[in-house]
Amino acid sequence: MPQWIAACETDDVDPEDVVPFEHAGNAYAVYRSPDDAYFATDGHCTHERELLCDGLVMGGVIECPKHNGRFDYTSGKALGAPVLVDVRTYPTKVEDGTVYIGVP
Amino acid sequence: MGRERLERYDLTGPENRAAVQSGLAGATWFRSAVPRKRMKELMRRTDGPAIRDTALWVGLMVACAGAGIALWGSWWAVPFFLVYGVLYGSASDSRWHEAGHGTAFRSRWLDEAVYQVACFMIMRDPTASRWSHTRHHTDTLVVGRDPEINVMRPARLAKLLANFLGLVDVPLAFRAMAVHAVGRLTVEEADFVPESERPKVYRTARVWLAIYVVAVTAAVVFGTWLPLVLVGGPRIYGTFMHVVYGLTQHAGMGENVLDHRLNTRTVRMCRVNRFLYWNMNFHVEHHMFPMVPYYRLPELHEEVRHDCAPVYPSLWAAYREIVPAVLQQLKDQDHYVKRELLPGAAPFHIPNELTDGRARPLAAAATPSAPASDQTAPDPTVPDPTAA
Repeated sequence: MPQWIAACETDDVDPEDVVPFEHAGNAYAVYRSPDDAYFATDGHCTHERELLCDGLVMGGVIECPKHNGRFDYTSGKALGAPVLVDVRTYPTKVEDGTVYIGVP
Repeated sequence: MGRERLERYDLTGPENRAAVQSGLAGATWFRSAVPRKRMKELMRRTDGPAIRDTALWVGLMVACAGAGIALWGSWWAVPFFLVYGVLYGSASDSRWHEAGHGTAFRSRWLDEAVYQVACFMIMRDPTASRWSHTRHHTDTLVVGRDPEINVMRPARLAKLLANFLGLVDVPLAFRAMAVHAVGRLTVEEADFVPESERPKVYRTARVWLAIYVVAVTAAVVFGTWLPLVLVGGPRIYGTFMHVVYGLTQHAGMGENVLDHRLNTRTVRMCRVNRFLYWNMNFHVEHHMFPMVPYYRLPELHEEVRHDCAPVYPSLWAAYREIVPAVLQQLKDQDHYVKRELLPGAAPFHIPNELTDGRARPLAAAATPSAPASDQTAPDPTVPDPTAA
């Protein structure tokens, strides 16, 4: 069972954008899709240790700010060089305007 | 001394490992503080500008090639092929760069299509050069790590000058194609191309070699140079402008400095040059924020210029610095261009033995207890804005 951690308020993230979140020394990225669904991944790119929250969200894709590596943030799938390893995703839920992420 | 120092650029040598151990490799680099909202605006991309510029680029090439073919045999063909050659052998460099980053178009397939064509024209394998450029962005001008340091210390002047006509790069490109076509990488490529990506390199080389075989065969069969003037040849007779532009990026500047404001130039250029170079003259800005598409770099420049060293007002101004610096480095490999940030610019790090720009051998330098990039403190070369 994941431990549900309050990451941010729903309004803290613009549609089609991402915000950073830290918990227990780990970095996470919390996304709001264009259709207002929320997703969460590890905070760093799997290629090099670059924060994804500084990148660009386009539809269901996050692009890393350093080398333009792209991930499908809904599934974590790496979409091509220079990212070859999928990024870890976490379940999310929204309750009373708060976004929670499920941390193992 | 010069030869020993040149050996340090070898990606397979000890300087690579020393850079990793000292924290110079994969370090945190300076970035100006730009509000997230503004960055999002700057990073947004549309297809329009790059479709327009690509249509103009391809259209001009077709028109010039057509005129050159029609006038083949007379001197009137020369100016048309000169323009065609520059569009093919020089402008393809910036298309390779921007489409390789995936920022030119919003539609990914357009980026990929332009990238593949530009790679063929500039004779850089699409896969290997993508990884090479990725490393260049991670470790810009870090000795032993950056595979794209064109002007080493001391500069290999004969090679530099020969490459205005592609006389070193083109034979090396064909050598690499031959190596790739038999299912191998060069030793240096093996340092940055992952195993899973290598089959793509081999496939591309075989296709490209087949195209060149067809061009050479056509030239022989029809008894004319025309096929080679159109395909491959422009990488020789039209490539000089990409060298002229490219040398402005980093030549003569500090190595191992971990701050693009100190090892990269932004140079003002006219509209024609900016079209050919796809705004890569805003190179400090590009290195700081590689996500920003080329057509938004002028806006990004306005956002961060207060934080940088002064812009070079022209290509001429840049070369007035580059030529003496590179010549001086032939005699003194500790020499480099020291950039002074504008008053009030954000400080970054205290230059130390590792990061002061000289790039002394890492084994001889004092290894800091923390990674080189963590040496964050006011830069004494920057005037303190709070000082009375």
